[in-house]
Amino acid sequence: MTDVVSPAAGIPRAKSVRRDIGIKRRYAAERRFRAYGIAALSFGIIFLMLLLWSVVSKGYTAFQQTMITMPVEFSQQIIDPQNERATNPQKLMTANYPVVARNALAKLLNVSVDDRVASRAIGQMLSDGVRVQLRDLVVANPAIIGTTQTVRLLASGDIDSAYKGQIDLDVGQENRKINDQQLGWMKQLSDSGALAKHFNSGIFVNGASSRPEAAGVGVALIGSFYMMLIVLVLSLPIGVAASIYLEEFAPKNKFTDLIEVNINNLAAVPSIVYGLLGLAVFVNFMGLPRSASFVGGLVLTLMTLPTIIIATRAALKAVPPSIRAAALGLGASKMQTIFHHVLPLAMPGILTGTIIGLAHALGETAPLLLIGMVAFVANYPTTPLDPSTALPVQIYMWANEAERAFVERTSGAIIILLLFLILMNVGAILLRRRFERRW
Amino acid sequence: MNMMSESAVEKALDQKMSDASHKMIGKDVSVYYGEKRALFDVNLNVRENTVTALIGPSGCGKSTFLRCLNRMNDTIENCRVTGKITLDADDIYDQNIDVVELRARVGMVFQKPNPFPKTIYENISYGPRIHGLSKNKADMDQIVEASLQRAGLWGEVKDRLHESGTGLSGGQQQRLCIARAIAVSPEVILMDEPCSALDPIATAKVEELIHELRANYTIVIVTHSMQQAARVSQRTAMFHLGQLVEENDTDKMFTNPDDQRTQDYIMGRFG
Ligand SMILES: Nc1ncnc2c1ncn2[C@@H]1O[C@H](COP(=O)(O)OP(=O)(O)O)[C@@H](O)[C@H]1O
Ligand SMILES: [Mg+2]
Repeated sequence: MTDVVSPAAGIPRAKSVRRDIGIKRRYAAERRFRAYGIAALSFGIIFLMLLLWSVVSKGYTAFQQTMITMPVEFSQQIIDPQNERATNPQKLMTANYPVVARNALAKLLNVSVDDRVASRAIGQMLSDGVRVQLRDLVVANPAIIGTTQTVRLLASGDIDSAYKGQIDLDVGQENRKINDQQLGWMKQLSDSGALAKHFNSGIFVNGASSRPEAAGVGVALIGSFYMMLIVLVLSLPIGVAASIYLEEFAPKNKFTDLIEVNINNLAAVPSIVYGLLGLAVFVNFMGLPRSASFVGGLVLTLMTLPTIIIATRAALKAVPPSIRAAALGLGASKMQTIFHHVLPLAMPGILTGTIIGLAHALGETAPLLLIGMVAFVANYPTTPLDPSTALPVQIYMWANEAERAFVERTSGAIIILLLFLILMNVGAILLRRRFERRW
Repeated sequence: MNMMSESAVEKALDQKMSDASHKMIGKDVSVYYGEKRALFDVNLNVRENTVTALIGPSGCGKSTFLRCLNRMNDTIENCRVTGKITLDADDIYDQNIDVVELRARVGMVFQKPNPFPKTIYENISYGPRIHGLSKNKADMDQIVEASLQRAGLWGEVKDRLHESGTGLSGGQQQRLCIARAIAVSPEVILMDEPCSALDPIATAKVEELIHELRANYTIVIVTHSMQQAARVSQRTAMFHLGQLVEENDTDKMFTNPDDQRTQDYIMGRFG
């Protein structure tokens, strides 16, 4: 026994001493590498968190809006003193609704409307948007003239900011947009429950407005939606068809090599160049309207195509050759092989590439500025040829506004944009899962 | 299926074989991959209802020749085939021959099992569907069952026809691929090292299957295993450096080959 053990024990020990050093070093290297990885990841996560925190903390208040709920007397005296609404339909459109609202608020605050200074100050507490709010009510139902209704009206942007605590009250009242008297009224109204924060549906549906409390991303959402639709409808079929041709049918020669290099280059071209191209070709040469989401969609399609083509070609290339061989060996034609076997297998990759391309296009601003989509558009575009804006452009425009209430709107719109991006990415993941689960 | 009848069948088949017509005839077949020549004037005939084995060291052109027989070489960029190959009396490289139809007549089984990532049923039914072999669902069910029966896989998969074909074991996948090839009723089945990715038990099953298929199909099989060639084939062709060295009855080939190089290869002196 000992005979056998002792020499055998000697040799492995010498060996293991030598090998141990290498292993230790390798383990150390691996640990270091992991530490680097974790450090890099944490770094990224911290910055992501910072970004999200700054956007959300600034922007979440935009989804609440200060409103005043009060009884409003739709006085015939003010709206239609000559009782001519039956003959003159314009009368109801142009009536002096702000006064109706102001009088109602003055009554609630027990202030005499004869006090000119006080009633001016009261009028400033309400948004200019009340004109439209009350008009819509009256036009929809003229029978309410002469009655008193409880109505929820928008407070002005300054009241909104003050109520949300965003205005520095330490400065003297002559240096701020809201004076102490108005603050007192605000407190009184909020104590009585008339003034309160409500969910702000306006930010989703309203168009552009110079009054922050009445401004929304409605037009921008529609514009972005039209553009996404155009990009999807154009770039997916064109991109997939081009990739299939290049990948499966095109002969490999200098010319197709050149095309390939150019497609890869196009993917790296700055987006503003596409904007210039769109301005020159679609607007100036083809005479398509400026500021239209149709033109924006075309420009974004050009910009997205290289991304989709590259992703699709990679997905097609990744389909194992054995699947093609199997189909061809069974007597399937080239078209059948591609459409029955290769394309379905490449689908998850194609869809991921497409949605990433779309998400990229959704956030694109620069080319849209050049084709004039940066515009003050208050009315919904009914067709893609009508003037419109886009979400990122709206953010850009709001970011340039000075009023405090636009700051939270900017962040609010960023949150909306991020939500749509997350939605699209979740959609990509779900589609991927669905297509992969089929086998 | 007792011993008597089986050997009787064998005898009848061998009888048929000896005066068998040549199912496929290759005359002066040469293949070039670009500038490189991979086959040199190969003259090889494939007999009907016979298993013909192609052997030889790797890189000698066995797969290349096999792919000529159903024009799979067409799918390889810059591959050029010269010479003449006929199936029955038709020149398969003729302008008027439709490759799709040719491949329906000459099926192929590959080295690595390559079922479609679809259900077992869809794997089998795909070929018949694109070739319009069934009129209705019942017809198709019939074809699927018959093909799986012939491939000896029916018993193992009949309860999971609608599960993925890629979920089967390697050996089952290869038999599924054979069933898929059978489903389009080919006349010739080409197999390129069909067992090289399988374990011994699965290999034995596939070999047994090849043996049975011989009654209905003409089979050409590439193999790198001498034993396999000896077990499954009646005729053997030996390739070396792109040339056909010798083609003979398998028995003769393994006992008393005409060519010294065959002898050396079989004895394991090279390859
Ligand atoms: N697709 C191809 N392109 C270029 N050369 C090839 C190709 N396929 C095979 N060859 C060459 O042709 C010769 C024969 O190959 P192959 O028929 O695959 O041999 P085997 O199947 O007998 O191992 C080899 O030298 C190989 O390098
Ligand atoms: Mg081979």
